[in-house]
Amino acid sequence: MNLAPVRTSPGAAPYLEMENLSKVYAGEDGPVRALDRVSLTQRRGEFVSVVGPSGCGKSTLMMIAAGLASSSEGRILVESKVIDAARTDLGIVFQNHVLLEWRTALENVMLQAVARKMDLKAAERRARDLLVSVGLKGFENKYPRSLSGGMKQRVSICRALIHDPPQLLMDEPFGALDSLTRDQLVLDLQRICSERSTAVLFITHSIAEAVFLSDRVIVMTPRPGKIDRVIEIDLPRPRTLAMRESPEFAQYSREILGVFLARGILKE
Amino acid sequence: MVDMVSKDQTLLSIEQVERRVQEQTRAKRARDRRAEIVYPILVAAALLAGWELGVYALRVPVYLFPPPSRIISSAIANWELLLRESWTTSVEILAGYAVSIVVGIPLAFAIFRWPVFSKSVYPLLISSQAMPKVAVAPLFVVWFGFGLIPKVLIAFLIAFFPIVINTVMGLASIEREKIYLAQSMGLSSFDTFRLIRLPNALPSIFAGLKISITLAVVGAVVGEFVGGDGGLGYQLMVANGSMDTPLLFAGVGMLTALGVLFFWIVELTERLCMPHQEKASGSIGSA
Repeated sequence: MNLAPVRTSPGAAPYLEMENLSKVYAGEDGPVRALDRVSLTQRRGEFVSVVGPSGCGKSTLMMIAAGLASSSEGRILVESKVIDAARTDLGIVFQNHVLLEWRTALENVMLQAVARKMDLKAAERRARDLLVSVGLKGFENKYPRSLSGGMKQRVSICRALIHDPPQLLMDEPFGALDSLTRDQLVLDLQRICSERSTAVLFITHSIAEAVFLSDRVIVMTPRPGKIDRVIEIDLPRPRTLAMRESPEFAQYSREILGVFLARGILKE
Repeated sequence: MVDMVSKDQTLLSIEQVERRVQEQTRAKRARDRRAEIVYPILVAAALLAGWELGVYALRVPVYLFPPPSRIISSAIANWELLLRESWTTSVEILAGYAVSIVVGIPLAFAIFRWPVFSKSVYPLLISSQAMPKVAVAPLFVVWFGFGLIPKVLIAFLIAFFPIVINTVMGLASIEREKIYLAQSMGLSSFDTFRLIRLPNALPSIFAGLKISITLAVVGAVVGEFVGGDGGLGYQLMVANGSMDTPLLFAGVGMLTALGVLFFWIVELTERLCMPHQEKASGSIGSA
Protein backbone atom coordinates (compact mmCIF):
# COMPACT_ATOMS: atom_id res chain seq x y z
CA MET A 1 0.00 0.00 0.00
CA ASN A 2 1.10 3.53 -0.69
CA LEU A 3 1.05 5.56 2.46
CA ALA A 4 2.46 8.85 1.11
CA PRO A 5 -0.32 11.43 1.40
CA VAL A 6 -0.01 13.29 -1.91
CA ARG A 7 0.05 10.24 -4.14
CA THR A 8 -3.06 10.03 -6.23
CA SER A 9 -5.31 7.03 -6.52
CA PRO A 10 -4.76 4.55 -9.35
CA GLY A 11 -8.07 5.53 -10.88
CA ALA A 12 -6.97 9.10 -11.64
CA ALA A 13 -6.49 10.18 -15.25
CA PRO A 14 -2.94 9.65 -16.53
CA TYR A 15 -0.67 12.68 -16.75
CA LEU A 16 1.74 11.28 -19.33
CA GLU A 17 0.86 8.71 -21.97
CA MET A 18 3.31 7.16 -24.39
CA GLU A 19 1.65 5.15 -27.11
CA ASN A 20 3.54 2.59 -29.19
CA LEU A 21 6.73 4.61 -29.42
CA SER A 22 9.23 3.23 -31.91
CA LYS A 23 12.53 4.81 -32.81
CA VAL A 24 14.74 3.66 -35.65
CA TYR A 25 18.09 5.24 -36.51
CA ALA A 26 19.44 5.00 -40.04
CA GLY A 27 22.85 3.50 -39.27
CA GLU A 28 25.86 2.91 -41.55
CA ASP A 29 25.16 -0.82 -41.74
CA GLY A 30 21.40 -0.71 -41.91
CA PRO A 31 18.77 0.64 -39.54
CA VAL A 32 19.16 0.37 -35.76
CA ARG A 33 16.06 -0.29 -33.69
CA ALA A 34 16.39 1.83 -30.55
CA LEU A 35 12.80 1.46 -29.35
CA ASP A 36 10.23 -1.12 -30.33
CA ARG A 37 6.60 -0.22 -29.61
CA VAL A 38 7.01 1.10 -26.09
CA SER A 39 3.81 2.11 -24.31
CA LEU A 40 3.68 3.58 -20.85
CA THR A 41 1.35 5.76 -18.83
CA GLN A 42 2.12 7.71 -15.72
CA ARG A 43 -0.21 9.28 -13.19
CA ARG A 44 0.34 12.61 -11.51
CA GLY A 45 2.65 12.15 -8.53
CA GLU A 46 3.71 8.67 -9.54
CA PHE A 47 7.37 7.63 -9.37
CA VAL A 48 8.25 5.42 -12.33
CA SER A 49 11.73 4.04 -12.91
CA VAL A 50 13.01 2.66 -16.17
CA VAL A 51 15.78 0.18 -15.53
CA GLY A 52 17.86 -1.66 -18.07
CA PRO A 53 21.35 -2.20 -19.43
CA SER A 54 23.16 0.28 -21.68
CA GLY A 55 21.71 0.36 -25.14
CA CYS A 56 18.18 -0.64 -24.14
CA GLY A 57 16.88 2.71 -25.36
CA LYS A 58 16.02 4.14 -21.96
CA SER A 59 17.76 7.46 -22.62
CA THR A 60 16.13 7.65 -26.05
CA LEU A 61 12.82 7.07 -24.33
CA MET A 62 13.48 9.98 -21.98
CA MET A 63 14.48 12.30 -24.81
CA ILE A 64 11.26 11.45 -26.62
CA ALA A 65 9.25 11.85 -23.42
CA ALA A 66 10.75 15.34 -23.02
CA GLY A 67 9.80 16.24 -26.58
CA LEU A 68 13.49 16.85 -27.30
CA ALA A 69 13.69 14.01 -29.82
CA SER A 70 11.04 12.73 -32.17
CA SER A 71 9.88 9.16 -32.33
CA SER A 72 9.76 7.35 -35.66
CA GLU A 73 6.30 6.04 -34.83
CA GLY A 74 3.79 6.47 -32.03
CA ARG A 75 2.95 9.53 -29.97
CA ILE A 76 3.06 11.08 -26.52
CA LEU A 77 0.23 12.84 -24.77
CA VAL A 78 0.36 15.07 -21.73
CA GLU A 79 -3.02 15.50 -20.08
CA SER A 80 -4.53 14.06 -23.28
CA LYS A 81 -2.85 16.66 -25.53
CA VAL A 82 -0.48 15.42 -28.22
CA ILE A 83 3.08 16.70 -27.84
CA ASP A 84 4.99 17.76 -30.96
CA ALA A 85 7.65 20.11 -29.54
CA ALA A 86 9.97 20.36 -26.54
CA ARG A 87 7.88 20.12 -23.37
CA THR A 88 8.20 22.97 -20.88
CA ASP A 89 5.95 21.52 -18.16
CA LEU A 90 8.89 19.70 -16.64
CA GLY A 91 12.24 19.78 -14.93
CA ILE A 92 15.12 17.73 -16.30
CA VAL A 93 18.13 16.35 -14.47
CA PHE A 94 20.81 14.85 -16.70
CA GLN A 95 23.58 12.44 -15.74
CA ASN A 96 25.96 15.36 -16.12
CA HIS A 97 24.95 18.28 -13.90
CA VAL A 98 24.90 20.73 -16.88
CA LEU A 99 25.44 23.75 -14.64
CA LEU A 100 26.50 26.98 -16.31
CA GLU A 101 30.01 27.52 -15.02
CA TRP A 102 29.73 31.32 -15.12
CA ARG A 103 26.75 31.32 -12.76
CA THR A 104 26.82 30.68 -9.02
CA ALA A 105 24.78 27.85 -7.49
CA LEU A 106 21.94 30.26 -6.74
CA GLU A 107 22.10 31.89 -10.17
CA ASN A 108 22.03 28.46 -11.81
CA VAL A 109 18.83 27.59 -9.96
CA MET A 110 17.45 31.02 -10.80
CA LEU A 111 18.06 30.50 -14.53
CA GLN A 112 14.86 28.47 -14.62
CA ALA A 113 12.96 31.34 -12.97
CA VAL A 114 14.49 33.92 -15.32
CA ALA A 115 13.66 31.77 -18.36
CA ARG A 116 10.04 31.39 -17.24
CA LYS A 117 9.71 35.05 -16.26
CA MET A 118 8.64 34.11 -12.75
CA ASP A 119 8.44 36.70 -9.97
CA LEU A 120 12.17 36.89 -9.24
CA LYS A 121 11.92 37.94 -5.59
CA ALA A 122 9.67 35.05 -4.67
CA ALA A 123 11.68 32.69 -6.85
CA GLU A 124 14.91 33.65 -5.14
CA ARG A 125 13.42 32.95 -1.72
CA ARG A 126 12.29 29.59 -3.02
CA ALA A 127 15.66 28.85 -4.63
CA ARG A 128 17.43 29.59 -1.35
CA ASP A 129 15.00 27.35 0.56
CA LEU A 130 15.52 24.55 -1.95
CA LEU A 131 19.31 24.82 -1.72
CA VAL A 132 19.13 24.73 2.07
CA SER A 133 16.81 21.72 1.95
CA VAL A 134 19.40 19.71 0.00
CA GLY A 135 22.18 20.68 2.41
CA LEU A 136 23.79 23.48 0.39
CA LYS A 137 23.43 26.24 2.97
CA GLY A 138 26.45 28.52 2.62
CA PHE A 139 27.19 27.42 -0.95
CA GLU A 140 24.65 29.68 -2.68
CA ASN A 141 27.28 32.03 -4.05
CA LYS A 142 29.86 29.43 -5.02
CA TYR A 143 30.66 28.79 -8.66
CA PRO A 144 30.28 25.18 -9.90
CA ARG A 145 34.04 24.68 -10.10
CA SER A 146 34.28 24.86 -6.29
CA LEU A 147 31.45 22.37 -5.69
CA SER A 148 31.84 18.59 -5.47
CA GLY A 149 30.11 16.28 -7.94
CA GLY A 150 27.33 15.49 -5.48
CA MET A 151 26.77 19.18 -4.70
CA LYS A 152 26.55 20.07 -8.39
CA GLN A 153 23.93 17.38 -8.93
CA ARG A 154 21.97 18.75 -5.95
CA VAL A 155 22.04 22.22 -7.50
CA SER A 156 20.78 20.81 -10.78
CA ILE A 157 17.94 19.04 -8.92
CA CYS A 158 17.00 22.35 -7.30
CA ARG A 159 17.02 23.97 -10.74
CA ALA A 160 14.65 21.29 -12.01
CA LEU A 161 12.24 21.88 -9.12
CA ILE A 162 12.10 25.64 -8.55
CA HIS A 163 9.07 26.08 -10.84
CA ASP A 164 7.27 23.16 -9.18
CA PRO A 165 6.83 21.21 -12.42
CA PRO A 166 4.18 18.48 -12.66
CA GLN A 167 6.84 16.22 -14.18
CA LEU A 168 10.47 15.54 -13.37
CA LEU A 169 12.65 13.65 -15.84
CA MET A 170 15.89 12.22 -14.51
CA ASP A 171 18.40 10.49 -16.77
CA GLU A 172 20.76 8.44 -14.60
CA PRO A 173 21.15 11.45 -12.32
CA PHE A 174 23.35 9.69 -9.78
CA GLY A 175 25.36 7.62 -12.26
CA ALA A 176 28.55 9.64 -11.91
CA LEU A 177 28.56 9.78 -8.09
CA ASP A 178 30.19 7.59 -5.45
CA SER A 179 27.94 5.12 -3.65
CA LEU A 180 27.63 6.98 -0.32
CA THR A 181 26.68 10.22 -2.08
CA ARG A 182 24.21 8.24 -4.18
CA ASP A 183 22.54 6.82 -1.06
CA GLN A 184 22.18 10.29 0.41
CA LEU A 185 20.78 11.76 -2.80
CA VAL A 186 18.34 8.88 -3.17
CA LEU A 187 17.07 9.61 0.35
CA ASP A 188 16.88 13.33 -0.41
CA LEU A 189 15.01 12.68 -3.63
CA GLN A 190 12.48 10.49 -1.82
CA ARG A 191 11.85 13.23 0.72
CA ILE A 192 11.55 15.91 -1.97
CA CYS A 193 9.07 13.78 -3.91
CA SER A 194 6.99 13.09 -0.80
CA GLU A 195 6.53 16.85 -0.36
CA ARG A 196 4.99 17.44 -3.79
CA SER A 197 2.95 15.63 -6.42
CA THR A 198 5.52 15.50 -9.18
CA ALA A 199 5.42 12.61 -11.63
CA VAL A 200 9.02 11.42 -11.77
CA LEU A 201 10.35 9.43 -14.70
CA PHE A 202 13.64 8.07 -13.44
CA ILE A 203 16.09 6.42 -15.82
CA THR A 204 18.69 4.23 -14.13
CA HIS A 205 20.74 1.08 -14.48
CA SER A 206 20.74 0.49 -10.74
CA ILE A 207 18.16 -2.10 -9.69
CA ALA A 208 18.43 -1.07 -6.02
CA GLU A 209 17.78 2.61 -6.82
CA ALA A 210 14.79 1.72 -8.98
CA VAL A 211 13.17 -0.52 -6.34
CA PHE A 212 13.93 1.90 -3.53
CA LEU A 213 12.42 4.97 -5.15
CA SER A 214 9.62 3.71 -7.35
CA ASP A 215 5.94 3.03 -7.31
CA ARG A 216 6.48 1.15 -10.53
CA VAL A 217 9.60 -0.22 -12.22
CA ILE A 218 9.72 -0.64 -15.98
CA VAL A 219 12.29 -3.27 -16.98
CA MET A 220 13.66 -2.77 -20.48
CA THR A 221 15.81 -5.10 -22.56
CA PRO A 222 18.00 -4.11 -25.52
CA ARG A 223 18.17 -4.92 -29.23
CA PRO A 224 15.51 -3.79 -29.86
CA GLY A 225 14.77 -1.66 -26.80
CA LYS A 226 11.45 -2.76 -25.42
CA ILE A 227 9.55 -3.12 -22.18
CA ASP A 228 9.98 -6.61 -20.82
CA ARG A 229 8.16 -6.35 -17.53
CA VAL A 230 6.35 -3.83 -15.33
CA ILE A 231 6.66 -4.36 -11.59
CA GLU A 232 4.57 -2.55 -8.98
CA ILE A 233 6.67 -1.87 -5.89
CA ASP A 234 4.43 -2.26 -2.89
CA LEU A 235 6.69 -1.15 -0.05
CA PRO A 236 5.62 1.32 2.65
CA ARG A 237 6.93 4.89 2.52
CA PRO A 238 9.07 6.55 3.65
CA ARG A 239 11.51 3.83 2.77
CA THR A 240 14.72 3.48 4.76
CA LEU A 241 18.16 2.26 3.75
CA ALA A 242 17.70 -0.66 6.14
CA MET A 243 14.71 -1.81 4.08
CA ARG A 244 17.10 -2.69 1.30
CA GLU A 245 18.02 -5.74 3.41
CA SER A 246 14.39 -6.81 3.85
CA PRO A 247 13.05 -9.98 2.16
CA GLU A 248 10.39 -8.00 0.24
CA PHE A 249 13.02 -5.69 -1.23
CA ALA A 250 15.21 -8.65 -2.12
CA GLN A 251 12.22 -10.31 -3.79
CA TYR A 252 11.72 -7.29 -6.10
CA SER A 253 15.42 -7.06 -6.91
CA ARG A 254 15.50 -10.76 -7.73
CA GLU A 255 12.52 -10.41 -10.03
CA ILE A 256 14.25 -7.68 -12.04
CA LEU A 257 17.51 -9.58 -12.03
CA GLY A 258 15.58 -12.63 -13.21
CA VAL A 259 14.50 -10.77 -16.34
CA PHE A 260 18.10 -9.87 -17.20
CA LEU A 261 19.25 -13.46 -16.53
CA ALA A 262 16.46 -14.91 -18.63
CA ARG A 263 17.30 -12.60 -21.56
CA GLY A 264 21.00 -13.44 -21.36
CA ILE A 265 21.95 -9.85 -20.45
CA LEU A 266 23.56 -11.29 -17.33
CA LYS A 267 25.16 -14.72 -17.31
CA GLU A 268 25.96 -16.69 -14.17
CA MET B 1 65.73 12.20 16.12
CA VAL B 2 62.92 10.46 14.33
CA ASP B 3 61.44 9.55 17.68
CA MET B 4 61.59 13.14 18.82
CA VAL B 5 59.74 14.36 15.76
CA SER B 6 56.95 11.84 16.02
CA LYS B 7 56.66 12.52 19.73
CA ASP B 8 56.39 16.23 19.06
CA GLN B 9 53.68 15.64 16.51
CA THR B 10 51.54 13.60 18.85
CA LEU B 11 51.67 16.47 21.30
CA LEU B 12 50.33 19.00 18.80
CA SER B 13 46.57 19.54 18.89
CA ILE B 14 44.72 19.64 15.58
CA GLU B 15 44.30 23.42 15.95
CA GLN B 16 48.07 23.81 16.22
CA VAL B 17 48.61 21.62 13.16
CA GLU B 18 46.00 23.63 11.35
CA ARG B 19 47.75 26.89 12.20
CA ARG B 20 51.12 25.50 11.15
CA VAL B 21 49.78 24.26 7.80
CA GLN B 22 48.07 27.59 7.21
CA GLU B 23 51.25 29.51 7.94
CA GLN B 24 53.33 27.23 5.77
CA THR B 25 50.89 27.58 2.89
CA ARG B 26 50.75 31.34 3.24
CA ALA B 27 54.55 31.57 3.35
CA LYS B 28 54.81 29.37 0.26
CA ARG B 29 52.30 31.50 -1.64
CA ALA B 30 54.21 34.68 -0.72
CA ARG B 31 57.45 33.03 -1.87
CA ASP B 32 55.84 32.01 -5.16
CA ARG B 33 54.50 35.50 -5.74
CA ARG B 34 57.90 37.04 -5.05
CA ALA B 35 59.55 34.51 -7.36
CA GLU B 36 57.08 35.41 -10.11
CA ILE B 37 58.31 39.00 -10.02
CA VAL B 38 61.93 38.59 -8.99
CA TYR B 39 63.01 35.78 -11.34
CA PRO B 40 61.98 37.43 -14.62
CA ILE B 41 63.71 40.64 -13.51
CA LEU B 42 66.86 38.71 -12.61
CA VAL B 43 66.88 36.87 -15.92
CA ALA B 44 66.33 40.09 -17.88
CA ALA B 45 69.06 41.87 -15.93
CA ALA B 46 71.48 39.00 -16.52
CA LEU B 47 70.73 39.02 -20.25
CA LEU B 48 71.22 42.78 -20.51
CA ALA B 49 74.46 42.62 -18.56
CA GLY B 50 75.73 39.78 -20.75
CA TRP B 51 74.77 41.74 -23.86
CA GLU B 52 76.51 44.88 -22.65
CA LEU B 53 79.70 43.01 -21.69
CA GLY B 54 79.65 40.85 -24.81
CA VAL B 55 79.43 43.84 -27.11
CA TYR B 56 82.39 45.53 -25.40
CA ALA B 57 84.44 42.35 -25.15
CA LEU B 58 83.99 41.50 -28.85
CA ARG B 59 84.30 45.17 -29.94
CA VAL B 60 81.11 45.01 -32.01
CA PRO B 61 80.57 48.35 -33.77
CA VAL B 62 77.58 50.31 -32.45
CA TYR B 63 75.90 50.53 -35.89
CA LEU B 64 75.84 46.72 -36.05
CA PHE B 65 74.76 45.84 -32.56
CA PRO B 66 74.58 48.58 -29.93
CA PRO B 67 74.89 47.76 -26.21
CA PRO B 68 71.81 48.31 -24.01
CA SER B 69 73.33 51.44 -22.48
CA ARG B 70 73.53 53.13 -25.90
CA ILE B 71 69.95 52.09 -26.73
CA ILE B 72 68.68 53.53 -23.46
CA SER B 73 70.56 56.79 -23.89
CA SER B 74 69.24 57.05 -27.46
CA ALA B 75 65.70 56.43 -26.17
CA ILE B 76 66.15 59.17 -23.56
CA ALA B 77 67.60 61.60 -26.12
CA ASN B 78 64.71 60.92 -28.51
CA TRP B 79 61.93 60.49 -25.97
CA GLU B 80 59.69 63.15 -27.50
CA LEU B 81 59.94 61.65 -30.96
CA LEU B 82 59.36 58.11 -29.66
CA LEU B 83 56.30 59.12 -27.64
CA ARG B 84 54.78 61.04 -30.56
CA GLU B 85 55.32 58.15 -32.99
CA SER B 86 54.03 55.67 -30.40
CA TRP B 87 50.83 57.67 -30.21
CA THR B 88 50.43 57.59 -34.02
CA THR B 89 51.02 53.83 -34.11
CA SER B 90 48.74 53.22 -31.12
CA VAL B 91 45.87 54.98 -32.86
CA GLU B 92 46.41 52.79 -35.96
CA ILE B 93 46.61 49.60 -33.87
CA LEU B 94 43.51 50.38 -31.80
CA ALA B 95 41.48 51.54 -34.81
CA GLY B 96 42.42 48.38 -36.73
CA TYR B 97 41.60 46.26 -33.70
CA ALA B 98 38.27 48.00 -33.15
CA VAL B 99 37.29 47.41 -36.79
CA SER B 100 38.35 43.76 -36.42
CA ILE B 101 35.99 43.35 -33.46
CA VAL B 102 33.12 45.31 -34.97
CA VAL B 103 33.32 43.34 -38.22
CA GLY B 104 34.63 40.01 -36.89
CA ILE B 105 32.14 39.27 -34.13
CA PRO B 106 28.93 40.02 -36.06
CA LEU B 107 30.40 38.12 -39.03
CA ALA B 108 30.99 35.16 -36.71
CA PHE B 109 27.42 35.41 -35.37
CA ALA B 110 26.11 35.41 -38.94
CA ILE B 111 28.29 32.45 -39.93
CA PHE B 112 27.02 30.56 -36.92
CA ARG B 113 23.40 31.53 -37.41
CA TRP B 114 22.97 30.95 -41.16
CA PRO B 115 24.67 27.83 -42.53
CA VAL B 116 24.10 28.98 -46.12
CA PHE B 117 25.87 32.26 -45.38
CA SER B 118 28.65 30.31 -43.75
CA LYS B 119 29.08 28.07 -46.80
CA SER B 120 29.31 31.04 -49.16
CA VAL B 121 31.53 33.22 -46.98
CA TYR B 122 33.91 30.64 -45.55
CA PRO B 123 35.96 30.02 -48.72
CA LEU B 124 36.36 33.79 -49.14
CA LEU B 125 37.45 34.10 -45.55
CA ILE B 126 40.02 31.35 -45.90
CA SER B 127 41.44 32.84 -49.09
CA SER B 128 41.61 36.26 -47.44
CA GLN B 129 43.89 34.59 -44.90
CA ALA B 130 45.99 32.74 -47.45
CA MET B 131 46.56 35.98 -49.37
CA PRO B 132 49.83 37.63 -48.27
CA LYS B 133 48.66 40.94 -46.85
CA VAL B 134 52.06 42.56 -47.12
CA ALA B 135 51.72 42.14 -50.88
CA VAL B 136 48.44 44.07 -51.09
CA ALA B 137 49.61 46.78 -48.71
CA PRO B 138 51.06 48.94 -51.55
CA LEU B 139 47.68 48.77 -53.26
CA PHE B 140 46.05 50.31 -50.19
CA VAL B 141 48.58 53.12 -50.37
CA VAL B 142 47.59 53.75 -53.99
CA TRP B 143 43.92 53.77 -53.05
CA PHE B 144 43.97 55.59 -49.72
CA GLY B 145 47.20 57.53 -49.68
CA PHE B 146 49.68 57.78 -46.81
CA GLY B 147 47.23 58.58 -44.02
CA LEU B 148 45.61 56.54 -41.28
CA ILE B 149 43.20 54.49 -43.40
CA PRO B 150 45.58 52.08 -45.18
CA LYS B 151 47.29 51.18 -41.87
CA VAL B 152 43.98 50.56 -40.17
CA LEU B 153 42.87 48.41 -43.10
CA ILE B 154 46.01 46.30 -43.05
CA ALA B 155 45.85 45.91 -39.26
CA PHE B 156 42.23 44.87 -39.66
CA LEU B 157 42.96 42.40 -42.47
CA ILE B 158 45.64 40.70 -40.43
CA ALA B 159 43.85 40.79 -37.06
CA PHE B 160 40.19 39.97 -37.70
CA PHE B 161 40.54 36.33 -38.74
CA PRO B 162 41.29 34.79 -35.30
CA ILE B 163 38.35 36.69 -33.83
CA VAL B 164 35.96 35.23 -36.40
CA ILE B 165 37.29 31.67 -36.15
CA ASN B 166 37.42 31.60 -32.36
CA THR B 167 33.98 33.14 -31.98
CA VAL B 168 32.41 30.64 -34.39
CA MET B 169 34.19 27.79 -32.62
CA GLY B 170 33.07 29.04 -29.21
CA LEU B 171 29.45 29.36 -30.29
CA ALA B 172 29.39 25.96 -31.95
CA SER B 173 31.11 23.98 -29.22
CA ILE B 174 28.48 23.64 -26.54
CA GLU B 175 27.27 20.58 -24.66
CA ARG B 176 24.08 19.35 -26.24
CA GLU B 177 22.49 19.06 -22.80
CA LYS B 178 22.77 22.81 -22.26
CA ILE B 179 20.62 23.36 -25.32
CA TYR B 180 18.16 20.68 -24.21
CA LEU B 181 17.97 22.41 -20.86
CA ALA B 182 17.22 25.74 -22.53
CA GLN B 183 14.46 24.12 -24.61
CA SER B 184 12.87 22.53 -21.56
CA MET B 185 12.84 25.94 -19.90
CA GLY B 186 11.04 27.41 -22.89
CA LEU B 187 13.86 29.85 -23.70
CA SER B 188 13.53 31.61 -27.04
CA SER B 189 16.46 31.18 -29.41
CA PHE B 190 17.50 34.79 -28.74
CA ASP B 191 17.48 34.23 -24.96
CA THR B 192 19.32 30.93 -25.39
CA PHE B 193 21.96 32.86 -27.29
CA ARG B 194 22.12 35.67 -24.74
CA LEU B 195 22.01 33.57 -21.57
CA ILE B 196 23.77 30.39 -22.63
CA ARG B 197 25.56 30.33 -25.98
CA LEU B 198 27.32 33.67 -25.77
CA PRO B 199 28.64 33.34 -22.19
CA ASN B 200 29.60 29.77 -23.05
CA ALA B 201 31.65 31.10 -26.00
CA LEU B 202 33.37 33.90 -24.06
CA PRO B 203 36.58 32.00 -23.18
CA SER B 204 37.05 31.11 -26.83
CA ILE B 205 36.17 34.64 -28.00
CA PHE B 206 38.76 36.10 -25.66
CA ALA B 207 41.36 33.62 -26.88
CA GLY B 208 40.75 35.07 -30.35
CA LEU B 209 40.83 38.65 -29.08
CA LYS B 210 44.21 38.05 -27.45
CA ILE B 211 45.76 36.62 -30.60
CA SER B 212 44.27 39.48 -32.58
CA ILE B 213 45.69 42.31 -30.55
CA THR B 214 49.25 41.10 -31.17
CA LEU B 215 48.46 40.75 -34.89
CA ALA B 216 47.01 44.28 -35.00
CA VAL B 217 50.40 45.59 -33.84
CA VAL B 218 52.11 43.70 -36.68
CA GLY B 219 49.53 45.02 -39.16
CA ALA B 220 50.01 48.66 -38.20
CA VAL B 221 53.79 48.37 -38.49
CA VAL B 222 53.54 46.65 -41.88
CA GLY B 223 51.30 49.50 -43.03
CA GLU B 224 53.84 52.07 -41.91
CA PHE B 225 56.71 50.20 -43.58
CA VAL B 226 54.93 50.21 -46.92
CA GLY B 227 53.57 53.71 -47.05
CA GLY B 228 54.07 55.72 -43.92
CA ASP B 229 54.86 59.30 -43.07
CA GLY B 230 54.80 58.74 -39.34
CA GLY B 231 54.58 56.14 -36.60
CA LEU B 232 57.11 53.82 -35.00
CA GLY B 233 57.31 51.60 -38.10
CA TYR B 234 58.17 54.60 -40.24
CA GLN B 235 60.76 55.75 -37.67
CA LEU B 236 62.35 52.29 -37.79
CA MET B 237 62.80 52.69 -41.54
CA VAL B 238 64.27 56.18 -41.10
CA ALA B 239 66.63 55.06 -38.34
CA ASN B 240 67.68 52.11 -40.46
CA GLY B 241 68.35 54.36 -43.43
CA SER B 242 70.58 56.68 -41.36
CA MET B 243 72.36 53.75 -39.69
CA ASP B 244 71.07 54.97 -36.30
CA THR B 245 70.93 51.45 -34.90
CA PRO B 246 70.47 52.47 -31.24
CA LEU B 247 67.32 54.42 -32.19
CA LEU B 248 66.15 51.45 -34.26
CA PHE B 249 66.48 49.21 -31.20
CA ALA B 250 64.73 51.81 -29.05
CA GLY B 251 61.85 51.83 -31.53
CA VAL B 252 61.60 48.04 -31.50
CA GLY B 253 61.59 48.15 -27.69
CA MET B 254 58.80 50.72 -27.75
CA LEU B 255 56.72 48.58 -30.14
CA THR B 256 57.20 45.55 -27.90
CA ALA B 257 56.10 47.57 -24.87
CA LEU B 258 52.99 48.73 -26.74
CA GLY B 259 52.13 45.16 -27.75
CA VAL B 260 52.51 43.86 -24.19
CA LEU B 261 50.49 46.77 -22.77
CA PHE B 262 47.56 46.21 -25.15
CA PHE B 263 47.67 42.48 -24.50
CA TRP B 264 47.46 43.12 -20.76
CA ILE B 265 44.47 45.37 -21.24
CA VAL B 266 42.65 42.63 -23.18
CA GLU B 267 43.57 40.08 -20.53
CA LEU B 268 42.35 42.38 -17.78
CA THR B 269 39.04 42.86 -19.61
CA GLU B 270 38.77 39.09 -19.89
CA ARG B 271 39.23 38.68 -16.17
CA LEU B 272 36.62 41.34 -15.48
CA CYS B 273 34.15 39.66 -17.86
CA MET B 274 34.70 36.19 -16.43
CA PRO B 275 35.17 36.52 -12.67
CA HIS B 276 34.25 32.84 -12.24
CA GLN B 277 37.43 31.69 -13.91
CA GLU B 278 40.34 31.03 -11.61
CA LYS B 279 42.90 32.10 -14.17
CA ALA B 280 42.60 33.75 -17.54
CA SER B 281 42.39 31.11 -20.25
CA GLY B 282 45.59 30.97 -22.20
CA SER B 283 48.42 33.44 -21.92
CA ILE B 284 50.92 35.15 -24.15
CA GLY B 285 52.68 31.79 -24.36
CA SER B 286 49.67 29.98 -25.79
CA ALA B 287 48.77 32.89 -28.06
